[in-house]
Amino acid sequence: MRPILECQKLTKKYGNFFALSNVDLSLERGKIVGLLGPNGSGKTTLIKLANGLLTPTEGHIMINGLEPGPATKKIVSYLPDHSFFNGHMKVKHLMAYYADFYRNFSTERALKMLDALEIDKDKRLNALSKGAQEKVQLVLVMSRDADLYILDEPIGGVDPAARDYILRTILSNYSENSTVLISTHLITDIEQVLDHVIFLQNGQISLNTSVDEIRTEYGKSVDALFREVFKC
Amino acid sequence: MPWNLDDDRPIYLQLMERIQHDIVSGTYQPGDKLPSVRDLAVDAAVNPNTMQKALSELERCGLVYSQRTSGRFITDDAGLIRQMRTEMAKEHIRDFFVQMHKLGFSDEETLDMIRRTLKGETHETDS
Repeated sequence: MRPILECQKLTKKYGNFFALSNVDLSLERGKIVGLLGPNGSGKTTLIKLANGLLTPTEGHIMINGLEPGPATKKIVSYLPDHSFFNGHMKVKHLMAYYADFYRNFSTERALKMLDALEIDKDKRLNALSKGAQEKVQLVLVMSRDADLYILDEPIGGVDPAARDYILRTILSNYSENSTVLISTHLITDIEQVLDHVIFLQNGQISLNTSVDEIRTEYGKSVDALFREVFKC
Repeated sequence: MPWNLDDDRPIYLQLMERIQHDIVSGTYQPGDKLPSVRDLAVDAAVNPNTMQKALSELERCGLVYSQRTSGRFITDDAGLIRQMRTEMAKEHIRDFFVQMHKLGFSDEETLDMIRRTLKGETHETDS
Protein backbone atom coordinates (compact mmCIF):
# COMPACT_ATOMS: atom_id res chain seq x y z
CA MET A 1 0.00 0.00 0.00
CA ARG A 2 1.29 3.46 -0.74
CA PRO A 3 2.36 5.58 2.21
CA ILE A 4 -0.27 7.94 3.59
CA LEU A 5 2.26 10.76 3.75
CA GLU A 6 5.46 11.06 1.84
CA CYS A 7 8.05 13.84 1.63
CA GLN A 8 10.83 13.96 -0.91
CA LYS A 9 13.62 16.48 -0.46
CA LEU A 10 11.03 18.74 1.11
CA THR A 11 12.39 22.22 1.71
CA LYS A 12 10.70 25.35 2.99
CA LYS A 13 12.53 28.66 3.17
CA TYR A 14 11.27 31.80 4.87
CA GLY A 15 13.53 34.46 3.31
CA ASN A 16 17.00 33.09 3.92
CA PHE A 17 15.93 30.84 6.77
CA PHE A 18 15.49 27.14 6.12
CA ALA A 19 12.49 26.07 8.20
CA LEU A 20 12.77 22.62 6.64
CA SER A 21 15.62 21.40 4.56
CA ASN A 22 15.73 18.28 2.41
CA VAL A 23 13.31 16.24 4.47
CA ASP A 24 12.69 12.70 3.26
CA LEU A 25 9.92 10.98 5.16
CA SER A 26 7.39 8.26 4.63
CA LEU A 27 4.52 7.42 6.98
CA GLU A 28 2.78 4.08 6.78
CA ARG A 29 -0.89 3.49 7.42
CA GLY A 30 -2.12 2.23 10.77
CA LYS A 31 0.51 3.99 12.86
CA ILE A 32 0.52 6.58 15.59
CA VAL A 33 3.50 8.81 15.02
CA GLY A 34 4.96 11.46 17.31
CA LEU A 35 6.49 14.51 15.67
CA LEU A 36 8.86 15.84 18.29
CA GLY A 37 11.28 18.71 18.34
CA PRO A 38 12.07 21.90 20.23
CA ASN A 39 10.41 25.21 19.41
CA GLY A 40 11.33 26.41 15.94
CA SER A 41 12.46 23.01 14.69
CA GLY A 42 9.95 22.96 11.82
CA LYS A 43 7.10 20.85 13.21
CA THR A 44 4.31 23.27 12.40
CA THR A 45 5.84 24.13 9.04
CA LEU A 46 5.77 20.45 8.09
CA ILE A 47 2.18 20.16 9.27
CA LYS A 48 1.09 23.25 7.36
CA LEU A 49 2.74 21.93 4.21
CA ALA A 50 0.85 18.66 4.62
CA ASN A 51 -2.40 20.59 4.81
CA GLY A 52 -1.71 22.82 1.84
CA LEU A 53 -1.49 25.97 3.97
CA LEU A 54 2.07 26.50 2.74
CA THR A 55 3.72 25.45 -0.49
CA PRO A 56 7.16 23.87 -0.60
CA THR A 57 10.12 25.95 -1.74
CA GLU A 58 11.59 22.77 -3.18
CA GLY A 59 10.76 19.09 -3.15
CA HIS A 60 7.41 17.38 -2.72
CA ILE A 61 4.91 16.41 -0.11
CA MET A 62 2.25 13.89 -1.02
CA ILE A 63 -0.81 12.69 0.86
CA ASN A 64 -1.89 9.28 -0.35
CA GLY A 65 0.07 10.01 -3.53
CA LEU A 66 -1.57 13.38 -4.15
CA GLU A 67 -0.41 16.96 -3.73
CA PRO A 68 -2.28 18.67 -0.87
CA GLY A 69 -5.58 20.04 -2.20
CA PRO A 70 -9.34 19.52 -1.92
CA ALA A 71 -8.99 15.77 -2.54
CA THR A 72 -6.53 15.33 0.31
CA LYS A 73 -8.52 17.55 2.67
CA LYS A 74 -11.30 15.00 2.43
CA ILE A 75 -9.09 12.37 3.98
CA VAL A 76 -7.01 14.49 6.36
CA SER A 77 -8.45 15.64 9.66
CA TYR A 78 -6.35 18.50 10.94
CA LEU A 79 -6.19 20.11 14.36
CA PRO A 80 -4.22 23.37 14.12
CA ASP A 81 -2.24 24.69 17.06
CA HIS A 82 -4.60 27.62 17.53
CA SER A 83 -8.36 28.04 17.65
CA PHE A 84 -9.98 27.86 14.23
CA PHE A 85 -13.66 28.26 15.08
CA ASN A 86 -15.89 31.26 15.43
CA GLY A 87 -16.11 31.57 19.21
CA HIS A 88 -19.64 32.98 19.07
CA MET A 89 -21.00 29.71 17.75
CA LYS A 90 -22.59 27.21 20.09
CA VAL A 91 -21.03 23.77 20.38
CA LYS A 92 -24.05 22.10 18.80
CA HIS A 93 -23.87 24.49 15.86
CA LEU A 94 -20.18 23.81 15.42
CA MET A 95 -21.06 20.17 15.21
CA ALA A 96 -23.64 20.80 12.50
CA TYR A 97 -21.10 22.98 10.70
CA TYR A 98 -18.56 20.17 10.71
CA ALA A 99 -21.15 17.63 9.59
CA ASP A 100 -21.96 19.98 6.70
CA PHE A 101 -18.36 20.31 5.66
CA TYR A 102 -17.21 16.74 5.98
CA ARG A 103 -19.11 13.73 4.76
CA ASN A 104 -16.99 11.49 6.96
CA PHE A 105 -17.97 13.28 10.17
CA SER A 106 -19.84 11.16 12.71
CA THR A 107 -22.21 13.27 14.81
CA GLU A 108 -22.93 10.25 16.96
CA ARG A 109 -19.30 9.78 17.87
CA ALA A 110 -18.88 13.49 18.61
CA LEU A 111 -21.92 13.50 20.90
CA LYS A 112 -20.62 10.52 22.79
CA MET A 113 -17.26 12.15 23.41
CA LEU A 114 -18.71 15.53 24.33
CA ASP A 115 -20.96 13.82 26.87
CA ALA A 116 -18.09 11.84 28.34
CA LEU A 117 -16.12 15.07 28.71
CA GLU A 118 -19.18 16.78 30.20
CA ILE A 119 -19.29 19.63 27.72
CA ASP A 120 -22.49 21.62 27.47
CA LYS A 121 -23.50 21.66 23.81
CA ASP A 122 -25.75 24.69 24.27
CA LYS A 123 -22.91 26.94 25.31
CA ARG A 124 -21.02 29.24 23.01
CA LEU A 125 -17.42 28.23 22.44
CA ASN A 126 -16.23 31.52 23.97
CA ALA A 127 -18.13 30.77 27.17
CA LEU A 128 -16.14 27.58 27.77
CA SER A 129 -12.83 27.36 29.59
CA LYS A 130 -9.68 27.21 27.51
CA GLY A 131 -9.29 23.50 28.20
CA ALA A 132 -12.90 22.80 27.26
CA GLN A 133 -12.48 24.76 24.02
CA GLU A 134 -9.50 22.59 23.13
CA LYS A 135 -11.51 19.48 23.92
CA VAL A 136 -14.33 20.56 21.62
CA GLN A 137 -11.93 21.12 18.75
CA LEU A 138 -10.18 17.81 19.29
CA VAL A 139 -13.49 15.95 19.56
CA LEU A 140 -14.66 17.39 16.23
CA VAL A 141 -11.38 16.52 14.54
CA MET A 142 -11.36 12.98 15.93
CA SER A 143 -14.99 12.39 14.99
CA ARG A 144 -14.14 12.24 11.31
CA ASP A 145 -13.33 8.93 9.68
CA ALA A 146 -10.12 10.19 8.18
CA ASP A 147 -7.13 8.41 6.71
CA LEU A 148 -4.72 10.79 8.35
CA TYR A 149 -5.20 12.76 11.54
CA ILE A 150 -2.74 15.58 12.03
CA LEU A 151 -2.83 16.94 15.54
CA ASP A 152 -0.68 19.98 16.28
CA GLU A 153 -0.20 20.21 20.06
CA PRO A 154 -3.52 18.53 20.89
CA ILE A 155 -3.27 18.12 24.63
CA GLY A 156 -1.39 21.18 25.85
CA GLY A 157 -4.22 22.90 27.67
CA VAL A 158 -6.27 20.03 29.04
CA ASP A 159 -6.04 18.45 32.47
CA PRO A 160 -4.39 15.04 32.97
CA ALA A 161 -7.67 13.15 33.40
CA ALA A 162 -9.05 14.55 30.16
CA ARG A 163 -5.69 13.85 28.54
CA ASP A 164 -6.05 10.16 29.43
CA TYR A 165 -9.55 10.13 28.02
CA ILE A 166 -8.39 11.80 24.82
CA LEU A 167 -5.50 9.37 24.33
CA ARG A 168 -7.90 6.52 24.90
CA THR A 169 -10.23 8.05 22.36
CA ILE A 170 -7.43 8.25 19.84
CA LEU A 171 -6.49 4.63 20.54
CA SER A 172 -9.99 3.30 20.20
CA ASN A 173 -11.05 5.44 17.25
CA TYR A 174 -8.26 5.27 14.75
CA SER A 175 -8.64 2.39 12.36
CA GLU A 176 -6.04 0.04 11.00
CA ASN A 177 -5.93 2.04 7.82
CA SER A 178 -5.52 5.44 9.34
CA THR A 179 -2.47 7.17 10.70
CA VAL A 180 -2.25 9.71 13.48
CA LEU A 181 0.52 12.28 13.43
CA ILE A 182 0.85 14.11 16.75
CA SER A 183 3.17 17.00 17.40
CA THR A 184 3.73 17.71 21.07
CA HIS A 185 6.09 18.70 23.84
CA LEU A 186 4.34 16.47 26.36
CA ILE A 187 6.25 13.38 25.40
CA THR A 188 5.86 11.46 28.66
CA ASP A 189 2.09 11.57 28.38
CA ILE A 190 1.87 10.13 24.92
CA GLU A 191 5.00 8.01 24.62
CA GLN A 192 3.17 4.74 25.33
CA VAL A 193 0.69 5.19 22.54
CA LEU A 194 3.22 5.97 19.82
CA ASP A 195 4.50 3.47 17.28
CA HIS A 196 7.07 5.74 15.93
CA VAL A 197 8.86 8.94 16.82
CA ILE A 198 10.40 11.51 14.55
CA PHE A 199 12.82 14.04 16.03
CA LEU A 200 13.04 17.28 14.08
CA GLN A 201 16.10 19.41 14.67
CA ASN A 202 16.75 22.67 12.82
CA GLY A 203 14.49 21.65 9.97
CA GLN A 204 15.98 18.21 9.53
CA ILE A 205 15.04 14.76 10.75
CA SER A 206 17.61 13.67 13.30
CA LEU A 207 15.89 10.48 14.40
CA ASN A 208 13.14 8.31 12.94
CA THR A 209 12.56 5.12 14.89
CA SER A 210 10.18 3.20 17.12
CA VAL A 211 9.65 3.86 20.82
CA ASP A 212 10.78 0.38 21.81
CA GLU A 213 13.89 0.64 19.66
CA ILE A 214 14.82 3.80 21.53
CA ARG A 215 14.25 2.08 24.85
CA THR A 216 16.21 -1.00 23.80
CA GLU A 217 19.09 0.91 22.29
CA TYR A 218 19.47 3.75 24.78
CA GLY A 219 17.89 2.20 27.88
CA LYS A 220 15.82 5.30 28.41
CA SER A 221 12.46 6.77 27.60
CA VAL A 222 11.81 8.91 24.53
CA ASP A 223 11.30 11.83 26.91
CA ALA A 224 14.72 11.30 28.54
CA LEU A 225 16.39 10.94 25.14
CA PHE A 226 14.67 14.11 23.92
CA ARG A 227 15.99 16.03 26.93
CA GLU A 228 19.48 14.76 26.20
CA VAL A 229 19.47 15.40 22.46
CA PHE A 230 17.95 18.86 22.76
CA LYS A 231 19.71 19.93 25.94
CA CYS A 232 20.00 23.74 26.07
CA MET B 1 -6.63 2.16 34.74
CA PRO B 2 -3.59 2.33 32.45
CA TRP B 3 -1.08 -0.37 33.30
CA ASN B 4 1.91 0.75 35.31
CA LEU B 5 4.89 0.76 33.01
CA ASP B 6 8.49 1.82 33.57
CA ASP B 7 9.78 4.40 31.15
CA ASP B 8 13.22 3.01 30.51
CA ARG B 9 12.41 -0.51 29.29
CA PRO B 10 10.76 -1.63 26.06
CA ILE B 11 6.99 -1.45 26.40
CA TYR B 12 6.24 -4.77 24.69
CA LEU B 13 8.44 -6.61 27.23
CA GLN B 14 6.55 -5.04 30.10
CA LEU B 15 3.23 -5.95 28.52
CA MET B 16 4.44 -9.55 28.17
CA GLU B 17 5.47 -9.62 31.82
CA ARG B 18 2.16 -8.24 32.93
CA ILE B 19 0.18 -10.83 30.97
CA GLN B 20 2.48 -13.63 32.18
CA HIS B 21 1.88 -12.40 35.69
CA ASP B 22 -1.87 -12.44 35.15
CA ILE B 23 -1.64 -16.02 33.89
CA VAL B 24 0.48 -17.22 36.80
CA SER B 25 -1.61 -15.44 39.42
CA GLY B 26 -4.81 -16.93 38.00
CA THR B 27 -6.41 -13.76 36.67
CA TYR B 28 -6.47 -15.70 33.43
CA GLN B 29 -7.18 -19.41 33.75
CA PRO B 30 -5.72 -22.01 31.37
CA GLY B 31 -7.83 -22.06 28.22
CA ASP B 32 -9.37 -18.63 28.84
CA LYS B 33 -10.00 -16.39 25.88
CA LEU B 34 -8.01 -13.16 25.86
CA PRO B 35 -9.69 -9.85 25.08
CA SER B 36 -9.02 -8.43 21.61
CA VAL B 37 -5.77 -6.64 20.89
CA ARG B 38 -7.62 -3.35 20.63
CA ASP B 39 -9.40 -3.80 23.97
CA LEU B 40 -6.21 -4.82 25.72
CA ALA B 41 -4.37 -1.87 24.19
CA VAL B 42 -7.05 0.60 25.26
CA ASP B 43 -7.10 -0.92 28.74
CA ALA B 44 -3.32 -0.65 29.06
CA ALA B 45 -3.31 2.74 27.29
CA VAL B 46 -0.65 1.59 24.85
CA ASN B 47 -0.35 1.41 21.10
CA PRO B 48 -2.24 -1.55 19.58
CA ASN B 49 0.77 -2.51 17.47
CA THR B 50 2.87 -2.78 20.62
CA MET B 51 0.23 -4.97 22.26
CA GLN B 52 0.15 -7.08 19.12
CA LYS B 53 3.90 -7.56 19.35
CA ALA B 54 3.69 -8.60 23.02
CA LEU B 55 1.00 -11.18 22.21
CA SER B 56 2.95 -12.54 19.23
CA GLU B 57 5.95 -13.03 21.49
CA LEU B 58 3.81 -14.83 24.08
CA GLU B 59 2.52 -16.99 21.27
CA ARG B 60 6.06 -17.77 20.23
CA CYS B 61 6.86 -19.10 23.71
CA GLY B 62 3.65 -21.10 23.71
CA LEU B 63 1.81 -19.39 26.55
CA VAL B 64 -0.85 -18.10 24.25
CA TYR B 65 -2.23 -19.62 21.10
CA SER B 66 -4.48 -18.16 18.48
CA GLN B 67 -7.33 -19.73 16.61
CA ARG B 68 -7.75 -18.20 13.24
CA THR B 69 -11.29 -17.02 13.63
CA SER B 70 -12.11 -17.04 17.30
CA GLY B 71 -9.22 -15.13 18.85
CA ARG B 72 -6.43 -15.76 21.30
CA PHE B 73 -6.44 -18.18 24.21
CA ILE B 74 -4.27 -18.96 27.21
CA THR B 75 -2.46 -22.28 26.90
CA ASP B 76 -4.03 -25.39 28.49
CA ASP B 77 -0.59 -26.70 29.31
CA ALA B 78 -0.50 -26.52 33.12
CA GLY B 79 3.10 -27.77 33.12
CA LEU B 80 4.21 -24.83 31.02
CA ILE B 81 2.47 -22.39 33.35
CA ARG B 82 4.09 -24.02 36.39
CA GLN B 83 7.46 -23.81 34.69
CA MET B 84 6.95 -20.12 33.98
CA ARG B 85 5.92 -19.55 37.56
CA THR B 86 9.16 -21.10 38.76
CA GLU B 87 11.15 -19.03 36.29
CA MET B 88 9.51 -15.85 37.54
CA ALA B 89 10.18 -16.79 41.15
CA LYS B 90 13.84 -17.43 40.38
CA GLU B 91 14.10 -14.07 38.75
CA HIS B 92 12.64 -12.33 41.79
CA ILE B 93 15.12 -14.13 44.02
CA ARG B 94 18.07 -13.19 41.80
CA ASP B 95 16.94 -9.56 41.79
CA PHE B 96 16.56 -9.64 45.55
CA PHE B 97 20.08 -10.96 46.07
CA VAL B 98 21.49 -8.35 43.71
CA GLN B 99 19.82 -5.65 45.80
CA MET B 100 21.11 -7.17 49.04
CA HIS B 101 24.64 -7.31 47.60
CA LYS B 102 24.34 -3.64 46.78
CA LEU B 103 23.48 -3.02 50.42
CA GLY B 104 26.62 -4.90 51.40
CA PHE B 105 25.08 -8.16 52.68
CA SER B 106 26.66 -11.47 51.81
CA ASP B 107 24.52 -14.42 50.71
CA GLU B 108 24.89 -16.01 54.15
CA GLU B 109 23.92 -12.87 56.00
CA THR B 110 20.95 -12.44 53.72
CA LEU B 111 19.75 -16.00 54.29
CA ASP B 112 20.18 -15.53 58.00
CA MET B 113 18.09 -12.37 57.92
CA ILE B 114 15.38 -14.12 55.93
CA ARG B 115 15.17 -16.88 58.54
CA ARG B 116 15.00 -14.40 61.36
CA THR B 117 12.40 -12.31 59.61
CA LEU B 118 10.26 -15.38 59.06
CA LYS B 119 10.53 -16.23 62.76
CA GLY B 120 9.13 -12.80 63.43
CA GLU B 121 12.17 -11.16 64.94
CA THR B 122 11.81 -7.49 64.29
CA HIS B 123 15.10 -6.19 65.71
CA GLU B 124 18.16 -7.67 64.16
CA THR B 125 21.58 -6.95 65.62
CA ASP B 126 24.27 -5.57 63.40
CA SER B 127 26.81 -8.29 62.91
